[in-house]
Amino acid sequence: MRFLLIEDNTKLAGSVVERLQLDGHAVDHAETLDAAETCLAVADYDLILLDIMLPDGDGRDFLQQQRRAATSTPVIVITARSAVSDRVSLLDLGADDYITKPFDFSELEARCRAVLRRLGGAAANLLEHSDTILDPTAGELRFDGRTVSLRNRELRLLEVLFKSPGQVFSKGHLMDRLFSFADEASENAIEVYVGRLRKRLDGSSARIETVRGLGYRLVAR
Amino acid sequence: MKPRGSIRRRLFFQLSGVAAILSLAFFLIVRVVAERAAEGTQDDILAASATAITDSLRSEDGQVTLELPYSALSMLQTVHQDRVFYRVVAAGETLTGYDDLPVPDPAPTRGQPVFETIYYRGDSFRVVAILRPLGPASAATDVVVLVAQTRLGLEAISRQITGVATGVGVGFFLLATALSLWAAGSALTPFDRITGSVLRRGPKDLRPVTADTPAELVPLVEALNNFMARLRASLLRTEDFITEAAHRVRTPLATVRAQAEVTHRKLNKPEHKQAIREMIRAIDECSRSAGQMLDHAMVTFRTDSLARDDVDLVALMAEAVERLGPTAELKDIFIRQDLPSEPVPFRGDGILLQAALQNVLDNAIKYSPEDSEITVAVEVGEALRLSVTDQGRGFGDADLSRLIGRFERGGNVGQVVGSGLGLTIANDVANAHDGRLSIANNKEGQGVCVSLLLPR
Ligand SMILES: Nc1ncnc2c1ncn2[C@@H]1O[C@H](COP(=O)(O)OP(=O)(O)OP(=O)(O)O)[C@@H](O)[C@H]1O
Ligand SMILES: [Mg+2]
Repeated sequence: MRFLLIEDNTKLAGSVVERLQLDGHAVDHAETLDAAETCLAVADYDLILLDIMLPDGDGRDFLQQQRRAATSTPVIVITARSAVSDRVSLLDLGADDYITKPFDFSELEARCRAVLRRLGGAAANLLEHSDTILDPTAGELRFDGRTVSLRNRELRLLEVLFKSPGQVFSKGHLMDRLFSFADEASENAIEVYVGRLRKRLDGSSARIETVRGLGYRLVAR
Repeated sequence: MKPRGSIRRRLFFQLSGVAAILSLAFFLIVRVVAERAAEGTQDDILAASATAITDSLRSEDGQVTLELPYSALSMLQTVHQDRVFYRVVAAGETLTGYDDLPVPDPAPTRGQPVFETIYYRGDSFRVVAILRPLGPASAATDVVVLVAQTRLGLEAISRQITGVATGVGVGFFLLATALSLWAAGSALTPFDRITGSVLRRGPKDLRPVTADTPAELVPLVEALNNFMARLRASLLRTEDFITEAAHRVRTPLATVRAQAEVTHRKLNKPEHKQAIREMIRAIDECSRSAGQMLDHAMVTFRTDSLARDDVDLVALMAEAVERLGPTAELKDIFIRQDLPSEPVPFRGDGILLQAALQNVLDNAIKYSPEDSEITVAVEVGEALRLSVTDQGRGFGDADLSRLIGRFERGGNVGQVVGSGLGLTIANDVANAHDGRLSIANNKEGQGVCVSLLLPR
């Protein structure tokens, strides 16, 4: 996905950009609302991540301006305030969702996906391998004229594999991608999910191969 | 605050007290004046009668004779059967009439009649005495004519006047009392107007009072406005401070957490990874506590002056599900929505109810395993029931009432991050709406059912 991050704190912005890039997203960073306007004028984004407290104006004004301009790019607000009442007012102002600092990136990604799904946009982020198409936003696999819907973890696992076909991913790495820091999961869980995915991919020419002792990779049949 | 005295009552009593005094004075004055007038009339007639008698006196050779004119007495006849007595005294000798009728003391002088009220033959009488010298100026004889009449007619008139005066006095008093009741009320309407305009405002409305204010109340209202301005400034300062503090703390925490995630991804050794996990958990613990404590403070503040708006419980539940949907999705938890198609209206604070529902649903997600199912339902029965049922680890054998307490967490939490305020918030919100929070382990199978029960 392609993000525009509007955030005045460069340290935070730096780590957010790095972290999102790790998952294969493209991120542009604007420090001020002015810079953001420039970015929006020259590029298309799937999503805007907006910090609500900015040096050259309140992010709320930006939100309202965006809504008035009827731009379709969804906005997820990053806020330091957590009180329920503040959150409600953000949604009223036209944010599509919000997330409180500090945040879990898998949760951020889940929220982005939910927003995109709700708005029905961003069909451009399709991933392809041999005859099979993975639509992460819709959470669907398409091959052989069929559509198979995926559960969230299956989707995230496949996304990792589809983004780097042929590359071997260790069980440990896949676990990091799938489980949050509070989950107590064992490496067996990965085997379970891989087993399920093989069933889902039945009939497609994409295949998950076990590389003994190392992990898994996506190959063409 | 204990009310001491009432301005309305004081005004009313003072005004009606004045009215009572005025009515009494009116009554007395009318009576005195009327009686004087009646007495004066009687005196005039008595004098006319006595004069008529004196005019009939003749003196021949020092001998006084009298031919009593009938008309002199008939003019004294009244409907009240007043009795009339007369006496004519010439040179100390009773010429005619009742000689026990006393001559007033001091005696009348020439041209100067004397009027007197006396007690005579068991009755009260009004008497006139006229002195008239008869005969040649050198050897005149002083003749005194006395005419007396009972006071029955006078008293009847006086009674009549007293009756009328009493009626008018009482009527005046009653009218004045009613008017003072109205006046006391209408003098106080500015108070009611200002009180109303202060009472009608929402719990957070601290704008100055602008209702029309009579001059006497301006200092009071100014003091009130002054006070509210100070309160507003202080609240704004507190809010700014909290915002600023949250921003200052949460932004670096977010930086650290993001960097920790990056590092975690890059590290390979399990023990290093474990250390980073611990670090991230501590950060989450910290931010969760801060957030929950702020929310709890907000709940306490808002329940103090509860807003009662029209809310739809079904929409609130759907909103909570939408908000927490992505979190559930991360664990492949499916949220079944068992919601009525019709709105379920309720009067309450939507923000508080939303906070309660989100905390209950958050628990269900947090304490459930992946690939499980959560059912949220809104039922209209004896009470309105908003329930969240999960298939998670259950409360175990924890003392359920204890879990509602502040900062209380169960023994079943394991690695799950939390501060122990979620159920406290939900319970406080339920109580503020005269409802309650019901928590129980599921009867069949695993998991728990937590419900918000609200009165219909
Ligand atoms: N759905 C549930 N299943 C199992 N246990 C639960 C559930 N909900 C609550 N509990 C138990 O009740 C305790 C109190 O819940 P509460 O929501 O007040 O605190 P918490 O979830 O630990 O922290 P937080 O304030 O962050 O929500 C929890 O610690 C947990 O032990
Ligand atoms: Mg909780």
